[in-house]
Formats: sequence, structure tokens, C-alpha cells
Amino acid sequence: MASVPAQASVVVVGAGIVGNSLVHHLAELGWTDIVQIDKGPLPNPGGSTGHASNFIFPVDHSREITDLTLDSMRQYKELGVFTESGGFEVARTEERMEELRRRMASARAWGIESSLVTPAEVAEKVPFVDPEAILGAFWTPTVGVVDSVRAGTMMRESAEAKGALTVSPNTEVTGIDVRDGQIAAVYTTKGEVATNRILIACGVWSPRIAAMAGAAIPLTPAVHQMISVGPVPQLAERPGEISFPIVRDMDTFCYERQHGSDMEIGSYAHRPILHDPDEIPSIEAAKLSPTEMPFTEDDFDPQLEQAVELMPEVLSNPDVEIRYAINGLLSLTPDGAPILGESPQVKGLWSAAAVWVKEGPGVGRAVAEWMTHGLPEIDVQGADIARFHSHQRTREHVRARTSEAFNKTYGIVHPGEQWASDRDVRRSPMWHREADLGAVFFEAGGWERPQWYQSNAGLLEEFGDAVMDRSAEWDSRWWSPIINAEHLAMRQRAGLVDLSSFVIFDIFGPAALDAVQHIALAQMDVAIGRVVYTPILDENGGFRSDLTIMRLAHDRFRVVTGAAHGMVDLKWFADRLPDTGAQIADLTSSWTTIGLWGPRARDILGGLTSSDVSHEAFKFGTARTIEIGSLEVLASRISYVGDLGWELYVPMESGLKLWDALMDTGHAHGLLPVGLGVYGTTGRIEKGYRAFGTELDSERSVVEVGMSRPKVKSQDFVGRAAHLRHREEDPKTVLCSLTVDDHTSAGGEKRYMLGGEPIVSADGDPLIDGHGRHSYVTSAGSAPSLGKHVLMAFLPPAEAVLGNRLQVVYMEEFYPVTVASVDSTPLFDPDNECIRR
Amino acid sequence: MTMVFVETDPAGEVTLTSAEAITFARKNPQLLPDGGAATSREVSGPPSGSTEGVVIGPLSDAAVESLGRLGVGVIHHLDHPDLAEYSAAAWAQAIVDVAPESGTLLASGTPRGMELMAHAAVRTGARMAANVIAADAEGLLRQVHGGTAFERLRLDGDLQVLTIAGHACTPEETTPITPEVYAYDLTVAEADLTTRVQRTEVEAADDASGLTSARAVVGAGRGVGSENGFAEVLELVDHLGGALGVSRVVTGLGWRPHAEQVGQTGSRISPDVYIACGISGAIQHMAGIEGAKTLVAINTDEESTMVQRADYAIIGDLHEVVGAVNEEIVRRRG
Amino acid sequence: MNILVCIKRVPDIAGSVTLDATGTGIDESGLGHTMSSHEECAVELAIQTAAQAGGTVTVLTLGPAEAVEQLRAAVAVGANDGILVEAADPSVFAPEDIAQVIGDVIRDRAEAGQTFDLVLTGDDAADTGDFQVGIRLAYDLGYPVLTNIQTISVGGAAGGGGERGSGRIEARGIGPVGTEIFSLDLPAVVAVHEGGVDPRYPSITGRMKAKKAQVVEYDAPVPGMGSPRLRLELPEVKASSVTILGEGPEAAPALVDVLEEIGVIRP
Repeated sequence: MASVPAQASVVVVGAGIVGNSLVHHLAELGWTDIVQIDKGPLPNPGGSTGHASNFIFPVDHSREITDLTLDSMRQYKELGVFTESGGFEVARTEERMEELRRRMASARAWGIESSLVTPAEVAEKVPFVDPEAILGAFWTPTVGVVDSVRAGTMMRESAEAKGALTVSPNTEVTGIDVRDGQIAAVYTTKGEVATNRILIACGVWSPRIAAMAGAAIPLTPAVHQMISVGPVPQLAERPGEISFPIVRDMDTFCYERQHGSDMEIGSYAHRPILHDPDEIPSIEAAKLSPTEMPFTEDDFDPQLEQAVELMPEVLSNPDVEIRYAINGLLSLTPDGAPILGESPQVKGLWSAAAVWVKEGPGVGRAVAEWMTHGLPEIDVQGADIARFHSHQRTREHVRARTSEAFNKTYGIVHPGEQWASDRDVRRSPMWHREADLGAVFFEAGGWERPQWYQSNAGLLEEFGDAVMDRSAEWDSRWWSPIINAEHLAMRQRAGLVDLSSFVIFDIFGPAALDAVQHIALAQMDVAIGRVVYTPILDENGGFRSDLTIMRLAHDRFRVVTGAAHGMVDLKWFADRLPDTGAQIADLTSSWTTIGLWGPRARDILGGLTSSDVSHEAFKFGTARTIEIGSLEVLASRISYVGDLGWELYVPMESGLKLWDALMDTGHAHGLLPVGLGVYGTTGRIEKGYRAFGTELDSERSVVEVGMSRPKVKSQDFVGRAAHLRHREEDPKTVLCSLTVDDHTSAGGEKRYMLGGEPIVSADGDPLIDGHGRHSYVTSAGSAPSLGKHVLMAFLPPAEAVLGNRLQVVYMEEFYPVTVASVDSTPLFDPDNECIRR
Repeated sequence: MTMVFVETDPAGEVTLTSAEAITFARKNPQLLPDGGAATSREVSGPPSGSTEGVVIGPLSDAAVESLGRLGVGVIHHLDHPDLAEYSAAAWAQAIVDVAPESGTLLASGTPRGMELMAHAAVRTGARMAANVIAADAEGLLRQVHGGTAFERLRLDGDLQVLTIAGHACTPEETTPITPEVYAYDLTVAEADLTTRVQRTEVEAADDASGLTSARAVVGAGRGVGSENGFAEVLELVDHLGGALGVSRVVTGLGWRPHAEQVGQTGSRISPDVYIACGISGAIQHMAGIEGAKTLVAINTDEESTMVQRADYAIIGDLHEVVGAVNEEIVRRRG
Repeated sequence: MNILVCIKRVPDIAGSVTLDATGTGIDESGLGHTMSSHEECAVELAIQTAAQAGGTVTVLTLGPAEAVEQLRAAVAVGANDGILVEAADPSVFAPEDIAQVIGDVIRDRAEAGQTFDLVLTGDDAADTGDFQVGIRLAYDLGYPVLTNIQTISVGGAAGGGGERGSGRIEARGIGPVGTEIFSLDLPAVVAVHEGGVDPRYPSITGRMKAKKAQVVEYDAPVPGMGSPRLRLELPEVKASSVTILGEGPEAAPALVDVLEEIGVIRP
């Protein structure tokens, strides 16, 4: 029996589109001694690639996914396995037409040619679609189909031809040896491979392999039903695999895709059908392939009728038979994003899982670059395996969220949409108080966070039109004018914000200073008690994060960052500590944080403590421990909302006592609890504060986001060389704030953008920056203090001119906007007097 | 006492499968549920515990001799003009007429054997087990789920009726004896002749593809990939002057006609060589090729059942390997 | 001509199976279900025969509530309606019991005004492989029975059994030396062996019709005789004695050597 090589630089598990693409790109990047194994035979080992419907619609609301898809399309084309067919997303309802208009926004934002067309135009290209059944469609001419098995074979063979790769099919992983937290060997049915890296790219089986090393890849195999019907005379008339555009019947969550003389109908409309990786049959026991599970007819029956409505001529033909029907398995994750990168649980365990055929080659390249250079060209931070909080790795959470999300695959999902399942996993100590106040809870990282408080509804009357209410349902979904009222109340008096969801970790030990100095852009050799806001850069000078670091002692620094990205930050820091002398401790669940901001903040805090909290005694950007009653409170004078105030840190168990004390004392000063709607959007957007994941990513430089400081510290830090270079270059793009000049739609309704919309010239032409990016709204929100709706967007430098009149496209209508800031100068309180009073 | 229904071929010789069934009966004395008390309904005196045979229609000397070599001590020869053409009901009744009241009545698991034993079971009030492969003190073992599993069972009653699965046992001769041949004066009921064969079309039955008679059969399974993936294997069939046989998945997917199916529910073949291309070796399929003298597997999966059960194997993509074999054959022809 | 086809819901197994916790059945988790392949052909024959002679096709199954899926599958390809004899665990029934239950249902249907001229079954079920139900049912009904039948046509020369009243069929099946042709009067039971017809796939409209199919339901009685099964066992894996000739196309000459030695290459 053939055996596997005794040693490998990396063992790639899986020979589907992802594993094949990975070995290709690793070999291209100079890797040798790669071993690729799959438990199935080649070229189709029986995973999800083998039964994929293989079509690609490039437009997705996510830029990251779109980038990966476009890169994948480019690679498929280079391999000669891409056939352009064009594709329609058809609407049967007005609500869907609105969604298609938002699809147009994404298409324009990502610079992909698309258009909205009439039913007649659909019928012209796909004559068997009944135009009476639809209202219109979103047409993308570059949609096409690929041969993913062929592409994978070519990529695998290219790596073999380089002599970089040994492929071992019909080889199953039986165990993984982990020594001192690091991969040491992979055991297989054909022998043992000594290696310090395993790359798990085996789709639905990935969790099972990761578990052998004690790590989690939180995905679940889930069913996507597909049938193939034929022979269809209308399809047989034209030669080739595909000669008609693909039709996505969005309102029925189905697609119809020609395959020769057959029509494939796929569905995301059935109940979520989840499996466990261990339930998937073996190759021997499977009737077809292991991931082509037995078809459950009842689940598909309703879709048949709907399909017939759309294509009556073709599908009600009694000679057109259902020849193939499967419950095909694919991988779903709790947040819908792929799972890429090195596990935070085991060194050397890499994941490239939950990836669709449309992203496969792009992911292969990105992860190969990541393994080689430490970071990929395309920013894939939303897919980082390190992002999961512990509860998000549990089977229960994965199943709950994927069940909830499954029918949203073709659904209309609001950008603010909240999860309904597996809630109340993490509650702050103030939760009951907040609930009593009618808090509307949004979730982040499992934390229940008040977005606004119904108890503040009375403010609406106080502030009247200044709350900028929204009449359009979509604009006001997952939103309340109370947010804006809370904002105004905070600016006039004071607001209290529950910030328990902060991810907090300490770096400590004799080498702690060296460690943080190496990781942070800002000077960290500061006085004890200083609080430093700093970008965290990668080697290319792109953003990995932005966060605050407090120096608590000569040898202790406390990092405070957000819930959404905090786990990735934790790994980023942990990976960059020296071997000795510095340690890291996650204190997220040890500390709760309460934000107190507004002109009355000092009065309130001063009334609770004997410490001197005057501007002179307690300067902005400093932190120190003060006493509030019997509590020792770490008070940090900074602000993300642009007002006087403090973040107050106490042990989790004392949070309620602190909250009550603040509320009691604050009452007389007009203190109100305010939600994350203020903290996360209104407060920050009128101050022009950038947020990681929207404005800040690995692609744009510190200079381009307007955050460079006059001096760069002399000490070396990650990304320093690139940052210095960026400072010398002309920026390719400039982050600007824009105000919407007129909100009135053609229908006479005032509309409010939510983010993601394209920014175009006054003539309606697209704006393209030096990165080749089309301008689009990165963040949008009310700026109640200004009475304006503010948009942030990267503009080509030539357009980044104060007062420049441009347009934003919302629901396919054009609204005038004006460039109001071309750097980080806040629109509200540009001199930051509020903070420093 | 164990009585075996013996099938003979057109030449009058005992069929291979009947020889298997007789051997099975002889080597499993524990089949006797009553400990060996031996009484035929209309005959007395045959040696206790021996294996008896039933032959319907012409009984050749060769058959008598063969049965003797197989250890059959008594032959019940049932001949009657109304039995000349097959009618299951009439034949079964004739067997029942001479069958023991206790003991075992069995036949090989051929279509005839199955049908006659089922009729006989009903007519004697006995229970029946089909496709038996073994018998021991605990009871019987038979194939279920197309041979992927075995059922352990016990039949109650004085008489049990069985069919023996093909290849459950290899025919084995013993010290030859001269069987006693008993003839009978039979009565055939008119009602039992309604299901009589009206005529037999021999040519039509000669399988068009030559599958069961070919010396070389090339088998193709799911590994072929698609309806259009048969070019290489068909060329090889041509080079070998053989026949194409396919797995159930292939006919199930509509890639090839059922007539080409080999296996438990398709043809059972016994060529000199069977070349299985891209067939993993599902038991249903293996059941159809057990008679192949040499088994060759071409498969990407070295661990597959087919490779493990083969005499020779090439690990690789069937299209590439078969293509190369074709080229090599052409090259050697010069 | 009204035809009843008796079908059985069976696990759709491929290569290997594992046993369930009781050891008396196979582990069906992850397996689909289907009707036995002989029965798929029986359904197809019934549809063709009914189309030829005029009449209806009814499908009957004894099985769990889920077996209605198999009834619907038959309706999807052209059967008219179904009869579900519900038994949570059909494996406890002996072939004798099943024949008895079906016989009783057929008699009950006759009283309700639904009669069948022809009753089709498969030769045997893909799971139990008993090869008895059709024959035992025929005896129970007092009908003649054929097995191993692959095609049926309506009519044919008169002869044999006299006047039974509801037509006559010609049936063809596989015999030991050729195709055997039978001709018999109805009513009758015919057990079908696959291969004579290609079962059709359902059309979408057929499937939509099946959803609304009428299914008469009965509860199966407690089996009188009971299955003789003690338990299931799995075959032992045999040791391999394979000679690997090589990998990939390079091994082709070695195989041609083997074929030459056997002497099967055409000159």
C-alpha cells in the first residue's frame, strides 16, 4: 500500500476546490514538500465541490465576499473553465424590487456592471420565463458557470508539476498530534506525516478533523436541495452546457440553471436540515457521494409549483422528468462568513472551510498568502477563524444561527437585522435595570447591548423635529428616533452607556512595554496612567485594528477593544508577544465598563467621589483608580462620542452597584441611560470617528483615513516601514465625511441612507479612487447635533475637496451630497472643546 | 431427511447451482429439524439421514450418475405429460407429493427454485427461508439487503423449506453411490396448469449483449462519470470481443440500459475475466461477478472493495488507464 | 382493468451497511428510502397495462406512516391512488402475515366497491428478499400466480383456465433456457422481476399531482405468525490477495500481459 511522505511543510486535508486551490497557490508562493490528502478518490473525492451547481453571481452585499468572488472568477477564466452566461435575479414582489435596487447599489459600489430590467427583457433572453410571473429583474451579464472539479484538478496538477506537492487520495486522517499547543504530526490511514502545519480544507468534515487536535471549526453540514429535470426540448435546441442565463427566483429562494438539456432547480426555501459531520455516510455506504444525501421530497414539493409558475412551458411538460434529486450538503457558519486562518486554539492548525465554489480560488490564494506572508492581499478579516467568542464555537450556537439564517440565503436581510436565536448568552450586570427601562437589545459577540431605551421616548417631544424621524419603513427598521433623542440629551446633559461588551486584555511582565511598543503605531512608552488610542497595523501598513491601551504600571498595559473584532485582536497580540517576558490575559469577563459622557459628566462623577476630577487634575487621555463609595473604579478619560466624560471600569460583580450610584446621583443632573445607537453611530459619525471594519481595513493606509500624526515614533513597530512610505506618497484615496443636502425622493418621501450606497459625481458618473475602488458609503447615520444625515466615504483625492457637490444613489435615486470634511476634522465641535472642557 | 429439488439443463445434466444446493444439504446434517426421522409421504425405506433428490421431467443416466457422485441416495423421478411444460403450481404439487412431512425441502436460489419452494411451502403449510448460506445449531443464516447483511433465523414446524444462495457452497463430490430411483404415477390437477408456459423463445432469451456468455466482460460503474464517459470502456470491449456490464448505479442514473446490469438484480456472469472499471464493489454487484475466473479492478481507490477482492488491480483514473490499455493493445497488434 | 401494485418502502443502500442498536435491523440514519427495484418495474408495467387496457392503478404498501412517500412516488409516475396499511415496524411481520393482511385489505376494498383484476408485486423485496409474499397472497386470494415476469400485455390467446371473467393477459418472464410466455385469465397475481421495462422518472406535474394523491389508510393488525428473525449479522471482510499491477496509465502493458495470458484479446 502506498504510504504518505514522512514529513511535510504542510498537510492539506481536502481535495475539493479549496484544497486544490490552496496547494496551487502555496506552490506558486514557493512552498515545497506539501502533502495533500483526501479520504475520497480523485478527481471528485465526494465533497461539496462534486455536486456544486457551479454558477457565480459576482454581486454580494459584502465587499469581502465580492472581492474573493471576483478574484476567483479571474482565476477560473485563466484556467479556461469559466463560461459566461449572464444571470437574472427576478422579483415577484415590490419588496423584492426594492431589494434589487439595493443590489444595484452594491453592484455600483463594487464596480460591477449590472442593470435593472423589465420582465420583457428577461423573456427576451430566457424565452421560457413567464413575464407575467415577475415584476422585473436584476441583470448581471458577467454571471457564469465554472467547472470546479476541472479547475481543481488543473491547480493540483500545477503544484505537482512544480515538484512541490505529493497527493495522496483515499487517505483518511485518523489523528493529529499536538505538542505544547503546536501541531506536530498528522496520522493517516497511510502512515504518519511529521509536520507543524495542517490546513483543513475539507468542507463539511472540517469540524471533525479540527476536533482531533482539540480545536473548533464552527460550521455545520446543511442540506441544499437540488433536482435536475429533463430532457427539456427548449434547452436541447442550443448546444453546450449553458446557453441561457441563469435565473435566480429570489422570492421563492430558488434558482434555475441550465445544464445541457437538463434544468437544475436548487432551493434554499426548505426547512433547515442540519447534519453532524459524523453523520455523513462513508464513501462505501453512500448511494451517490457522501455529500449527496437522500432527497427528501416533501421538502421540495412546494418549490416545484413555484418553479412551474416561473417557467410553465418547460417545467409542466410531462416528458420532462425529475432525473436526479439530492439533499446536497454544504457548510454553514453561525455568521455566514467563511472560516479562514490559523486557529487561536492550536498553533499550526489552519482552516479554509465554509467556502463556496464562487470564492474557492480566491480563498485559496488569500489563505496561501496569509500562511506565507502573514497577511493576504484581499482583506479577509471578517472571515478570520479567530473571530469566534467561545460560545460561538458550540454546536448549539452553530445550529441555532445556521437554522435561522438558512432561509435568508436568498432573503431580504436588513443591514441592521438582529438574530432571534441563541440570545441572552452574555448579559451585563446592569441587564435587569436596562430591561426594566425598556432597553431594546442588540447583540454583539453574544452580549446583549441596549441599542436604545423605550423609557427615553419622552425625549421625542422635547427635541421635536431635531430627532430627524424617518418615515420610510426600510430606513427606520431596526432603528428608532429615540436614538437621536438620547444623543441630543447626552450632548445637553449626560448619558450613561453600558460598555460591558468590550474585549479587555492585559499585557504584562518585564517585556510588556517592548511587546506593545512593537504592536502599536502610537508611542507606548508613556507615563503610567496614560490612555493611548492607536491604530494596529499589519506589515503592509494596513489596519488590523484600532483600540485603546492604558498603561497601568511600568510592566502592565490594558488593551480595550470592541466585541465584534476583539477576539481577533487578542490573537494578533498573543501571536506577537516575545517568547519570554510578556504574557497576555483575557479579562473581558472580569471587568464591566460604564461610559459616562456629556457636559454634566464631571458634576455627576464629582458628586460620587472625593477624587479630584477637574480638567486640570484629571486630564484627557489619562486613567486612574478613584473611589466611588466602596468601589475602586478605574476611570479613563477618553471618549468615542466626542464629549466630556469617562469610561469607568469595575469588576463585573460590582457593575450594578456602580450603575445604580451613577443613576442615583446623575438623576438630578438629567443623566439618562443611552444606547449603543448613540455610542456606535450618531456620536461617532458627527465626530468623524472611524470604525474598524467599515472605514478601517487592511487596504487603506493611516494617511488615507486621515489618521496620521505629525511624528512617527522612532521605535520599530509592525508596519512602520510601510507607514513611513505611505506618508511620503500621495494618498490614493481620501476618507471624507459628506452631508446629504436633500433627502426628498421622487415620490416625495424623505429617505435616509444606511451605508453601502455608491457615491457618484454630480453628473452621475462613478468615482474611482487610486486603489481602483468605486466610492461608496462606509458608514451612514444621523448627526443630530448638526441636524444632518452624514455619510462617510473614500473619495478619489481630486474629489476630496470641501464643498464638492456629489450625489449618493439610494434605491436607484440620486440625492445631492456635499463634502464636509476631507480629514478627521469632526463636523461637530471641530476643535474638540466639548471633550476638553 | 433433506430433499433437494434438482434442476437439469437441456442436455439433461445437473446444473451447477443444484450441485451447490445438494452439497449444502449433504454437508449440513443439522438442517434436519427432527433429528433425522426420515419418511417420504409415499415412499418408505430410503436410508435414514441421506440426501434425496427430486427431478422433474426426463432423467438422464448422466444425471443419475452425477447425483450419485454428489451423495444423493434416492432420486424421486417425477415424469408426467402435464409436467413437460413448466407450470409452477403443478411442479410444486408434484414435489409436495413426494416431500417429507418433516425435515428439509430445499432448492438452489434460482428463479425456478425460488418459485417452486415458495409454492411448496404454501402447499405444505411450511415456513420458508430464501437465499440461505449456512445452517448450524442456532438456526439458519440467509442473505438480506442484497447480500450486504445476513439474517439469523429459526423456522419452526416439522418441515422447513429453503433456497440456497448461489455460491453459498462449492459443489463437492463424495464417495459415489448408486442412487435408488423411484418413479411415481402422478395426478396433475387441471387448476394447476393455468400458469403453464405457453411457449419459450430461446433466441430472445439469448442476451443481446452476450453478457452471460462472454469470455471477457468489461464492467463500468459510477466512476465513468457521465452518460458520455463510456468511450474507452466500449473500445476495450471491442478489443476483447467481449461484453459491457454495468453497475446498478449506472442503470439507475439512466446512463446505460438495464440489460447491461450485472449483479444481484441483474445478470450473474462467469467470464474468464471481468475488468471492473470505476466500480467500488457494492455487494449487489459482487454477487453478480462471483463466477468470474479472473477479476481485474481499475480504480482510483486502492481501499475499495473491488480492488481488495480483485486478482489484479491498477490504481488510477479509469479513463486514463483504459485508454492506455487500448493503445497498448493496438500497438501490440502492430 | 384495475390493477393493484404492492410495493415496499426499503432503505436505499449502496455498499456497506451498519446494524442498529437492537441488532435486528440496519442503521437507517443517513439512508434514503425507496421502493424495491422489482416493484418500480411493477409500477411501470401497471401504468403501461392500464393505459393499454383502460383502468386504474392503485398502489398498496404495508409500512410505517412514512411509507406514504413511496405511494406518492408511484402516483407521481402515473398511479392513481394509494392504500397505506400502517405498521410502525413491518420487520416483525412474516411473509405469511403480510400476504394475509394484504388479502384482507383487498377483500375489504372489494366490499367498498374497489376491485382489482390484476395484483402485481415484486419478486421479492430488496431488504428481506423472502420471495413469498406474492405467491402466498395468490393462494390467500385463490388466484393463479406467476413470478419472474418482466413484461405484460393485455389479451392473448384463450386457453387453460376457463371463464374467470375479467380479462386475459400475456406475460413474459425469464426461464432457464429462454423467455417463457404465459397466458392467463384474470384475476391473477403476478410477481415482477426488474429489467423488462425502464421505470419512468416523475415529471414535475406528476410530482405535484402526487402531493394531492388520495391514500386510503388501514391499521395493520398484530402479526399472527411473526418474523422468524433472530438478529442480523454483517459479512466478514475477506482478506485481499490482490496483485497491484501499478498506478496510472504506465501500468497498462502489465494488464495487457494478463489479458494476453488469459487469451481474451481479439486478434
